[in-house]
Amino acid sequence: MWGKVFRWCVFLGLIALGVFWFVTRPSTLPETALAGLNGTATQGEIIFTAAGCASCHSPADATGADKLVLAGGQRFPSEFGTFIAPNISPDAQHGIGGWTQLQFTNAVIKGVSPNGQHYFPAFPYTSYNKMSLQDAADLWAYMQTLPANATPSQPHEVAFPFNIRRNLGGWKFLFLNDEWILDASTPQLERGRYLVEALGHCAECHTPRNTLGGLDTTRWMQGAPDPSGKGRVPGITPANLGWVEADITEYLTSGFTPEFDTAGGHMVNVIENTALLRDQDREAIAAYLLNLPN
Amino acid sequence: MRRKIIAITSISLVTATIAFAGGHSGDPAVNARNAHMGLYSFNIGLLGDMAKGTIDYDASLASVAANNLAALAALDQSSYWTEGTEQGAAPGSRAKAEIWSDAAGWAEKMQMMEDGSAALAAVAGDGLDALRGGMGDAGAACGACHKAYRGPRN
Repeated sequence: MWGKVFRWCVFLGLIALGVFWFVTRPSTLPETALAGLNGTATQGEIIFTAAGCASCHSPADATGADKLVLAGGQRFPSEFGTFIAPNISPDAQHGIGGWTQLQFTNAVIKGVSPNGQHYFPAFPYTSYNKMSLQDAADLWAYMQTLPANATPSQPHEVAFPFNIRRNLGGWKFLFLNDEWILDASTPQLERGRYLVEALGHCAECHTPRNTLGGLDTTRWMQGAPDPSGKGRVPGITPANLGWVEADITEYLTSGFTPEFDTAGGHMVNVIENTALLRDQDREAIAAYLLNLPN
Repeated sequence: MRRKIIAITSISLVTATIAFAGGHSGDPAVNARNAHMGLYSFNIGLLGDMAKGTIDYDASLASVAANNLAALAALDQSSYWTEGTEQGAAPGSRAKAEIWSDAAGWAEKMQMMEDGSAALAAVAGDGLDALRGGMGDAGAACGACHKAYRGPRN
C-alpha cells in the first residue's frame, strides 16, 4: 500500500519537475535570427537614447560625457531586494566586450544572459522585447563605440527565494508579453507606442504591479507606489496630467511642467534623453500619452 | 431652525479647519520650503511664458521676475532646511535625506541656482533672445537639485 503511494508521489513529483523545467527554461533567439542584419552606430545612438540605457547603467552621479561610461553601480531598491545595475561598457572582462551580437540581443530582447540564466526584470526586457531586431543590431553597433571601464559588477542584494534565477522562467511565463497594449491607428501613434511601450519602457515605473511584480495592464500608466517605498510615481493618462500636446513636448524638452515645477528624481534622467530626440518623436510620445485610456 | 443653522455652521467650521490643515499640515519648516518653491515657480513661470511666447516679452517685468529669482536663491535658507524633516519623517516633505548626509553636494546645487539666477537677472531685460539664452543655467539648477534631492510625490 505505502509502496504504491510512494511510487505515485515520485511519479507526480517527476511530472511536476518536468513541467517546472519546461516552463522555466530560458528561451533564446535561433542562431540564424540575426543573419544579414548589420547595425549602424549612428542609428544605434538614437535607440540608446530613446531606450535610456545610460540612465541606469552610468554611475549614479555621472554628468555630461561621463554618462556614456556604463560602469554600472546604481542601486534600485524594490520589495524583492535591491538590484544593482551591472557594467555594460565594452570592457572585455567586466563589461560586455566579450559578447557576441546574438548574446547581446538575447540579453536585451529575451532577458537571458550569455551563460543561459534569466535576468531579473529590473532590466526592462519586458519592454525591450518589442524592440525590432534591426534596432537591437544598431544599438549593439553603437554601444561598442563607448568607452570601456573595468569596474566589476556587484551582485544584486536579493534574498531567497527571489534569488533563484530559474524561478524567473515562471515569472516570464506569467507576465512576459510581447503584444502591444494600445491599438495604434496612425503612423504617429505607432511611433509613439514604439517609443513609450518598447524603448522608453515608461510603464515599468508608471504602471502599478501585482503582488508578484507583474505589470497590471488594466491600470496602464495610472501611476504606482514608488519602488523606493516613499511617495508615488504619478499617473500619466490625460486625466492624471491634464496637459495638452505642447505641455508634454515642453516637459520632455526642458523638464518644466506647465506650472513651472521641474522633473525630479529618476525622471530627470529620462528628460535628459527625451531632450535629445527629434521633435517628431516627442510629438509622437505626446500623441500616444494623450490617447491613453483614463 | 436655529439649531439646524448652528449644526451646519459647526460642520462647515470643522470641514474648513480640516481643509486648511490639509493645505498647511505638518511641519512649519516644510511649509516654508514649499512657499519658497512657490515663489520660484511663479517667477520662473512669468519668464517661461515669455520665452515660450505664451505672453508678450516685457523687459521690465522680466527683470523684476529674474531679480526676484536671484534674491530668493541668495536667501539663507538654512533656518527651514532643518535636519529630520525629510520625506517620511515630516508630513508633506519630499526632501531626501541626502540633503543632510551629502551637505557638500547640496550646497553645490544651491550655489548653481544662485549663480544661474544671478546671471539670468543680468540679462533678462536685454530682449527676448537674451532671456531665452539666460534661462538654461537656472533651469538646469532646478533639475539638478530635484534629481538628487527631491523624492517622489507623496
